Amino acid sequence: MNEKLLEVKDLVIHYFTDDEEACAVNGISFDLKEQEVVGFVGETGAGKTTTALGIMGLVPAPPGKVLNGEIIFEGKDIVKLSEAELRKIRGDKITMIFQDPMTSLNPVLTVGEQIAEVILLHNKISRKEAIERAKEMLEMVGIPGERHEEYPHQFSGGMKQRVVIAIALACSPALLIADEPTTALDVTIQAQVLALMKRLKTDLKTSMIMITHDLGVVAEICDKVAIIYAGEIVEFGTLAEIFEDHRHPYTEGLFNSIPDLDVDVARLPVIKGLMPAPTNLPDGCKFYPRCPYATERCKNENPDRVTITDTHIVRCHLFRSAESIKET
Amino acid sequence: MEALLEVKNLKKYFATPRGTLHAVDNVSFTIKKGQTLGVVGESGCGKSTLGRTILHLLEPTDGAILFEGRDITKVNKKKFHVLRQEMQMIFQDPFSSINPRMTVSGIIEEPVKIYKMKSNEKERREYVQHLMRTVGLSEDMENKYPHEMDGGRRQRIGIARALALDPKFIVCDEPVSALDVSIQAQILNLMMDLQEQMNLTFMFITHDLSVVKHISDEICVMYLGMLVEKSPSKELFKEQYHPYTKALLSAIPRPKLVQEERVILKGEISSPINVKEGCRFAPRCLYCKDKCRAETPTLEEISPGHQVACHYVKEINGLT
Repeated sequence: MNEKLLEVKDLVIHYFTDDEEACAVNGISFDLKEQEVVGFVGETGAGKTTTALGIMGLVPAPPGKVLNGEIIFEGKDIVKLSEAELRKIRGDKITMIFQDPMTSLNPVLTVGEQIAEVILLHNKISRKEAIERAKEMLEMVGIPGERHEEYPHQFSGGMKQRVVIAIALACSPALLIADEPTTALDVTIQAQVLALMKRLKTDLKTSMIMITHDLGVVAEICDKVAIIYAGEIVEFGTLAEIFEDHRHPYTEGLFNSIPDLDVDVARLPVIKGLMPAPTNLPDGCKFYPRCPYATERCKNENPDRVTITDTHIVRCHLFRSAESIKET
Repeated sequence: MEALLEVKNLKKYFATPRGTLHAVDNVSFTIKKGQTLGVVGESGCGKSTLGRTILHLLEPTDGAILFEGRDITKVNKKKFHVLRQEMQMIFQDPFSSINPRMTVSGIIEEPVKIYKMKSNEKERREYVQHLMRTVGLSEDMENKYPHEMDGGRRQRIGIARALALDPKFIVCDEPVSALDVSIQAQILNLMMDLQEQMNLTFMFITHDLSVVKHISDEICVMYLGMLVEKSPSKELFKEQYHPYTKALLSAIPRPKLVQEERVILKGEISSPINVKEGCRFAPRCLYCKDKCRAETPTLEEISPGHQVACHYVKEINGLT
């Protein structure tokens, strides 16, 4: 359980356009252990997906460029691998589920063919065997195997997402990256897909990175949580540490702004302002323009990572001086 | 308080090659002045069609719509032009509901021009600036284009445009679904403030129960074109009687460490084409009995203001 599967060190990814440089990922570091599920939480444009694409070796270049950092997966640095080597890993050892199941399937191939395609690519087996395996995968995600000859448009949104999950898991990957896998689905269907992913997590022992903006989804499935803001992990900890003992003002703001079903309030507390554009990040702490506790120091100096416990890391000046923000 | 909008047995059917699609079937409700009705349901339940039919963006098939006591069901397009000043809409996707080739002030100004609300350009410009301030857009944005703005600001443009004609009633179709949580809260607060200041009446359509809780006075839960439960907002979150409402509420992932046991529904929403007699929810219902497949249940009052359409509501909830 405690073997390190993935180690990301100081990853920096920027996008270059004609006249601007978008700093999408600015020094992200984290570890992922075997069988662990880490949640990436943050707003649109925080750099969650770019980090994931970096791990897949899929950052579109140009305009994207990995400027710094290492991504060590099973002892190899993904950043330095050639395209041919990456292709062997992708779909076999690391796979990804995308947000929108409607656009990530090929409309002119049957779902069975699409699942078999991955299996054939990474295993030396016959086409017939691959189709058989595809059927088994469909059964596993709760779709009758005989529907393998149907096309994506014959399935509903929730079922399409199940097919996408079946493709991602077809080669029993060590790492599954799920990019907002349930955002496009209705709540009752989302509950079905989440229950499925939870079951697969225990059955197949796959490690996962779960990208989402929904803290409810995180609570459901993740072991650890990374709160991402403007391309940095501002807080990282176990589920309990983030939910019960969060220290960063942004994490606090995020939790406050979720409408709580169990509490009555007249107005929702908000984080004022907007996330800075990645082309124009402030000096110092990236969160200081929106932070209710900001000081002069926050404006000039980007805070370092402060380790609170073995698993809990926070990036905030205030933490040291005030011990805990929540007390103020 | 008097009713601003009254909908009686409203039906909207579409003819499709495979049969009649029952998008909205026998829906009745009233919205009082200055209040908000939340309409909740999953995609395909007919909630947007309901909103559009009320605004005559779609022709109602049957039933009656009363606005300030006046039957507006049969009002023709030309006459509705006048009514539309009082009934506006805010759309879901601020990225596609505003013209990308117009500037912010141009977008907000358009309805003012069409309805000739202000006599000269100077007044019009002042009015547009006033509207921009009202929704929290700074004045230096008036010459910007929508693509230069983020989702939250774009939705503010949509709101300003809906407010431009000084309406009484606004249908808000998923106005915050496309936005990030922190922005969502900002927009919801803005809408609640505006409602208070301008005495607006909202019909708030959403799939997200947690959003609707804060803004609604009353909530309707829709399933396949029909209302299955109607209740004052506060009460609904304390007590849900319909099995679908229970499942819908239970399905929301809660940001809590200790997770409660979930009711997970089997299957998916069935087709609204050529629906048969019987409860629409029966194929997915945990408590389904023979009667549910044979007879369509109607809304019945369980407690004051709280109505449920379920044959076995008493048995399921242990009520006498």
